[in-house]
Amino acid sequence: MSPSYNNNSIFAPWNDPKEKPLIEFKNVTKNFGSFTAIDNQSINIYEREFFSILGPSGCGKTTMMRMLGGFEIPTEGDILLDGQSITNIPPHKRPVNMMFQSYALFPHMNVEKNIAFGLKQEGMPKDQINDRVEEMINLVQLQQFAKRKPSQLSGGQRQRVALARSLAKKPKLLLLDEPLGALDKKLREETQFELMNIQESLGMTFVIVTHDQEEAMTVSSRIAVMDHGKIIQVESPADIYEKPNSRYIADFLGDVNIFEGKVASANDDAIQLEWAEGQEKLQMEASQPAKIGDSNWLAVRPEKISISKEKPIDADNILKGKIWDIGYTGNISVYHVQLPNGMTIKAQEVNRRRLANRELTWEDDVWISWRKTAGTHLVK
Amino acid sequence: MNKLSRFNITSLTLGFAFLYLPILLLILFSFNASKLVTVWGGFSTKWYVSLFQNEAFMDAAWVTIRVAAISATAATILGCFGAIVMVRGGKFYGRTLFSGMIYAPLVMPEVITGLSLLLLFVALNFDRGITTIILAHITFGMCYAAVVISSRLSTMDQSLEEAAMDLGCTPFKAFIKITAPVIAPAMVSAWLLAFTLSLDDLVIASFTSGPGATTLPMKIYSSVRLGVTPEINALSTLLIATITLGVITASWANKRAEANRIKDEQLAFAND
Ligand SMILES: Nc1ncnc2c1ncn2[C@@H]1O[C@H](COP(=O)(O)OP(=O)(O)OP(=O)(O)O)[C@@H](O)[C@H]1O
Ligand SMILES: [Mg+2]
Repeated sequence: MSPSYNNNSIFAPWNDPKEKPLIEFKNVTKNFGSFTAIDNQSINIYEREFFSILGPSGCGKTTMMRMLGGFEIPTEGDILLDGQSITNIPPHKRPVNMMFQSYALFPHMNVEKNIAFGLKQEGMPKDQINDRVEEMINLVQLQQFAKRKPSQLSGGQRQRVALARSLAKKPKLLLLDEPLGALDKKLREETQFELMNIQESLGMTFVIVTHDQEEAMTVSSRIAVMDHGKIIQVESPADIYEKPNSRYIADFLGDVNIFEGKVASANDDAIQLEWAEGQEKLQMEASQPAKIGDSNWLAVRPEKISISKEKPIDADNILKGKIWDIGYTGNISVYHVQLPNGMTIKAQEVNRRRLANRELTWEDDVWISWRKTAGTHLVK
Repeated sequence: MNKLSRFNITSLTLGFAFLYLPILLLILFSFNASKLVTVWGGFSTKWYVSLFQNEAFMDAAWVTIRVAAISATAATILGCFGAIVMVRGGKFYGRTLFSGMIYAPLVMPEVITGLSLLLLFVALNFDRGITTIILAHITFGMCYAAVVISSRLSTMDQSLEEAAMDLGCTPFKAFIKITAPVIAPAMVSAWLLAFTLSLDDLVIASFTSGPGATTLPMKIYSSVRLGVTPEINALSTLLIATITLGVITASWANKRAEANRIKDEQLAFAND
């Protein structure tokens, strides 16, 4: 599943008005006492989607999942699955499985029995259960631990058991609440790909909560970013990264430089931003109509900014500065460039040459530049 | 640690002597060959033999065990329901009153409990006997059971039950398959506690019993009024032995569970 640059040929049912959503949240509000955990939200999730929910701690991600699983009932609004309201259907009657953030492994059962539990409830024949359990144990690479109790497993191993247990019934809709958080990087990446494989080969729909942006970018068909009980934006990974709808989103996903200023001129899609005294106006393409004098923002990702010793000739935005710091992470370097007005801009370069051969260093006077199509015009 | 001062040693010795010397004497004199309780006449186990031949005592023992077993079982089940409502019931009207009423009998003077139950049975024209003792013991045993079980239940991760329901269990089945095994140790302790309390009770049993239903504590109490016999000493020694055995078993089981837990954790660590 690759990000949807081209919506015509690639999986993007959310752009097709004829598609029926698998899940619909209709003006859902969830209050805990006087606290509003989810504030009047509506979203559609489509069949075969790998839908990620991202957001800071306490923003309501788990609450969204729990309402889908049937463990919380919305205070207001309705949740539909396949066009049917499931708001008042108890968890054991929903064709949905959930992997809990706390794993919720049954302490008195070993790994095999934990994984087999749901299949037994379903009344699956014994030999089929055994096959399925073995398949799941292989999937999460817990072959040596099949007879262990949860208390005899490490955090990462428990997480994998919980994952295997929720996958075992191969439900139509699987809810995963931070499924890979406790795994090390290598195992996490392997499991991500396994999850994507399973999801695609079985035609399942996944809704996943994660703290890891990179993970969300890799696995998702769409990403929803939440804050304080509200969904701020829902887009494909590429679109949410390239076309954030607000400073919050731009800042939340990846690194970004944000210029604040007043609209100096606006004709058709070209906007000029007056942002600092004595500096040239910044050029950008309008994301929506703007009025002269409005307070607007320009967001530019560090990797979209070029850095050079000679003044570039063919860029739309050119600023002069001094290298203040260099962050070296092996494959890339991030240059922190201080502008005359004190603002620091991050510009990122791929390290094609070895460290000693590079020409830029601390305290160098440099030019940074980018094209007007590289930045994003934001109004909030 | 500091060495104990002479004063501390003396007070400790006196304290322990005050606590345990009477019990030691009682045990010693249960093996006394002489009928006189205060004069040592050589070692003998004849009082144990005559105790087991004393039908009145054996009947009382049998009544006591039946009362304790039945009332402990019923109290554990009812206490379990009470605990579930208290811990899992969420917010409902009268919740505070409900849990207050569960705890209240724990501090209620036994005489009051006994007397009120007696009045109730009389008012209902209920024939007093073993049944009424059992009912009375259930009422107070249930409160202790509810307290013990609810403390375990409140530390249990509720998402375990949710996971079971998520995997297709009805709430009842989730309770039987997941919650019950997890809280089983607490239910065993609750049962043992209710059993011991029932075994031990004199006041409430005296108020609620009727003809033909005499419990061991009642029997001992009434016999002692006619003078302490070596048989009573033998009986008391047996009771002490039973209780000591129970306490030792319970703490041994606890220690082993703890040791297992630590071993499990080390195993998990080693394989991380
Ligand atoms: N049962 C509850 N009673 C009261 N408040 C609750 C309850 N469950 C959740 N909340 C509150 O609702 C908010 C959202 O909680 P939620 O668990 O959905 O957060 P989250 O986004 O999953 O956070 P995290 O990333 O830390 O898991 C939090 O402020 C939390 O305190
Ligand atoms: Mg959460």
